[in-house]
Amino acid sequence: MTVTAQGPLPTGSYDVAVVGAGVVGCAVARELARHPRLRIALVEAQDDVGQGTSKANTAILHTGFDAAPGTLEARLVHEGYERLGAYAAETGIPVERVGALLVAWDAEQLAALPELAQKAERNGCHDTSLLGPDELYAREPRLGPGALGALHVPGESIICPWTTTLAYATQAVRAGVDLHLNAKVERAHRGTGEDHLLQTTRGVLSARRLVNAAGLHADTLDRLLGHEDFTVTPRRGQLLVYDKLARPLVRHILLPVPTALGKGVLVAPTVYGNVLLGPTAEDLDDKRATGSTADGLAGLRDKGRRVLPDLVDEEVTAVYAGLRAATGQEDYRIAVHPEQGYVTVGGIRSTGLTASLAIAAHVTGLLQDTGLDLGPVREPQPLTMPNLGEAFPRPYQRPELIAADPEYGTLVCHCERVSRGEIRDALAGPVPPRSLEGLRRRTRARAGRCQGFYCGAAVRELFESAQNEGIRT
Amino acid sequence: MTARRSAPSAGGAHGTPGPFAREVDVLVVGAGPAGLVAAARLAASGAGRIEVLEREREAGGVPRHCAHGGFGTRTHPLTGPEYARLLAEAAGRAGAVLRTGVTALDWGTAPGAAGAQGSGTGADTGAQHGPVLPGVVLNAVGPGGPETIGARAVVLATGARERPRTARLVPGTRPAGVYTTGELQQAVHLFGQRIGTRAVVVGAEHVSYAAADTLRAAGAEIVALVTEQLRAQVPVTRAQSARLRHRIPLLTQTTVAELLGHGRLSGVRVRHRDGRTAVLSCDTVVFTGDFIPDHELARRGSLALDPGTRGPAVDGFLHTSRFGVFAAGNVLHAVEPADAAAREGARAARAVLGFLAGAAWPGPGVPLAVEAPLRWIAPNRITPAARPERYVLRTAAPLRRPVLYVHQDGRLLHHERPVPAAALPHRTLTLTARWHHRVDATGGEVRVSVR
Repeated sequence: MTVTAQGPLPTGSYDVAVVGAGVVGCAVARELARHPRLRIALVEAQDDVGQGTSKANTAILHTGFDAAPGTLEARLVHEGYERLGAYAAETGIPVERVGALLVAWDAEQLAALPELAQKAERNGCHDTSLLGPDELYAREPRLGPGALGALHVPGESIICPWTTTLAYATQAVRAGVDLHLNAKVERAHRGTGEDHLLQTTRGVLSARRLVNAAGLHADTLDRLLGHEDFTVTPRRGQLLVYDKLARPLVRHILLPVPTALGKGVLVAPTVYGNVLLGPTAEDLDDKRATGSTADGLAGLRDKGRRVLPDLVDEEVTAVYAGLRAATGQEDYRIAVHPEQGYVTVGGIRSTGLTASLAIAAHVTGLLQDTGLDLGPVREPQPLTMPNLGEAFPRPYQRPELIAADPEYGTLVCHCERVSRGEIRDALAGPVPPRSLEGLRRRTRARAGRCQGFYCGAAVRELFESAQNEGIRT
Repeated sequence: MTARRSAPSAGGAHGTPGPFAREVDVLVVGAGPAGLVAAARLAASGAGRIEVLEREREAGGVPRHCAHGGFGTRTHPLTGPEYARLLAEAAGRAGAVLRTGVTALDWGTAPGAAGAQGSGTGADTGAQHGPVLPGVVLNAVGPGGPETIGARAVVLATGARERPRTARLVPGTRPAGVYTTGELQQAVHLFGQRIGTRAVVVGAEHVSYAAADTLRAAGAEIVALVTEQLRAQVPVTRAQSARLRHRIPLLTQTTVAELLGHGRLSGVRVRHRDGRTAVLSCDTVVFTGDFIPDHELARRGSLALDPGTRGPAVDGFLHTSRFGVFAAGNVLHAVEPADAAAREGARAARAVLGFLAGAAWPGPGVPLAVEAPLRWIAPNRITPAARPERYVLRTAAPLRRPVLYVHQDGRLLHHERPVPAAALPHRTLTLTARWHHRVDATGGEVRVSVR
């Protein structure tokens, strides 16, 4: 198993280099890793997997009911929903099929619902139904006054995006993929022979085939390869995460009727037992503008107050902002350039998490079109991820686990009930965290309402002693 | 999980994991000053088996990491850690069992308990004599596994914490280097961790100056204290000492408008009330004060909360809305000094002893509320038999020579001029209970206003 974060990159040529270890890049690497004859590199600019759009999104497993019918995105989301649903069940990624309600707040929105139901039908989503106000309020008693009806989409689910990305990366690394972190691609050119030479911040990496899964930076890498097909405009989404004590207020994903700018502001439970409010949709120029703004947060609270009036009285546990890769086109920008041995996976918007496994299969097919011989298949070893979801037993709730190892009954992070055992396991994992934030995404330690008031220093102590241990050995 | 009665010899036998059901007389949740003093008094009074659950590895609560003085008494001053240790030792010596590293998770169901559920209006079990055992059941977990503990009475002493940056909705990026005082003090005093070189402290209360001291002890330079108030919320001598002796600027009427930096904090943008903004370059920011009760267990148990304090609503003897459950300390009023929490622990112990001896559980009583600019008052329920020692209040705005008025249904019950003559936000303001007997127990809400 190889994960590197510093020093020069290995010499010798890889069969495939995947640039970008977000949810899509990790899924592609995992899919390629099913072919043991291939030598694969997963190259990431930052110090962890899933550090871009993959870590800051609405964490929804979409049915694709509202995709534009006939697009590649619609097909891959539909297929990815099934694939990821099955994969999650197998690996222990928390998923809750809570269903969504598209709530109509005026006559115009109410009139739009039947058409949305038909669109869902065309997208292969056959179990939607229209609800009148009585049925709607019976399903969501705390919904604000004035809702006229809703479209119920029972398949819409909530999922843990961090565990998903980490599961892909873990399986890829275990199956022999080399994950190179802190390696930002700065230039790309063809060497003698057919190889791509990627000039990174950690030196040169050479590969016969190249997959561009660079997310927000996919257009930049595409240009390095000589293509001017699209421009990524970062679309900022700010989100508020409310305290777990707010979780009983809401049962479904509550969506507005969509507008041209996107899916609008939603209120949704999270698998961790919080309630999410967001996102905003702001088109920006700066691909590093992951800050929240006073106006953005105030706007969200105004919208949230209408949807779920009791929500805004609860404490906010976290605020974050993510950037989606908007390209000005209502579809993914997946393109193969066979003569270059190069596949671009661009414009993967908020649906990328859902579609990830289907994108990976699709991209693998495109790589074959470039003449890549995949060789025989070996299915990856089954994987069980640590459970971060409240709908499934957490370690502190498992007597047999604590009896076998008391560290699982020793809680360090009290708000999120994270045990020393879970922190220890994450620090010793195949793709270990390199920051406290990385540890938080793997365990939820420090992710709770106190944000470290009680446990911050103790968690940091565990993290730093593991780092020091790592340096000594 | 349900509580089972188990023989005294029964226990969490190894190899048969499962909830280990036990009974105690009084279960105290939280080993801070309030919980430890309550446990010590109860144990010394022969109230039976007294057990304290503390989720941290050491007993003592917040004073454990307040390395500064100001604890103990005037004749016997102590630092926080010394005070915490003395309280824990006293509880142990009195015979209370301190169980650290054990977390009270949630409430179990008690056969025979007539606990009030929901909004607290159901506590009409007043005439009951001698509660049926077990009265209250809590589920807990620790390294020994899950357990279910039944108790005749429970004292919630879960304390308070500071609101972190997120709950204050401070915009900006999410860099490292953002602290609350609680985390900062633990990092420096308990773990000896490195903090940063240039720090901004948000707030100008006692806790803010304590944070500044901790930062200086950790080798950081204080760029400024920032408060939206007109002046520091501490005595003039303390504010002047920081400003003149340590050259720490105090920015008043100023808020933190944005955090800057990727990876590590690079600065904070501050905004004066008049609209001017500036960027203070720093790698560390500490959000101090703005305390909130740690009320998770209270809410999970459907205890009625007071809308002002957001802690459990209690009467003068610290009865909550749930039968057999008392509450004491800063979970009731975030926050009062440690000695106030400790005194309240002693008061809770007296009330628990009375209850164990057969005193009736009171009904919900008459609510006590405040009018703006007052923010909250505690205790906040009035029951005829339970006259409190005093009331504590907070104001949102500075008050010069305030007069407090107490009304019920338009009838003036009392007015008084509190001491000291000026009331500041974040500082204790008290009201006597001399008017307690004038309250009509069948009347409407009692309201406290200020003029």
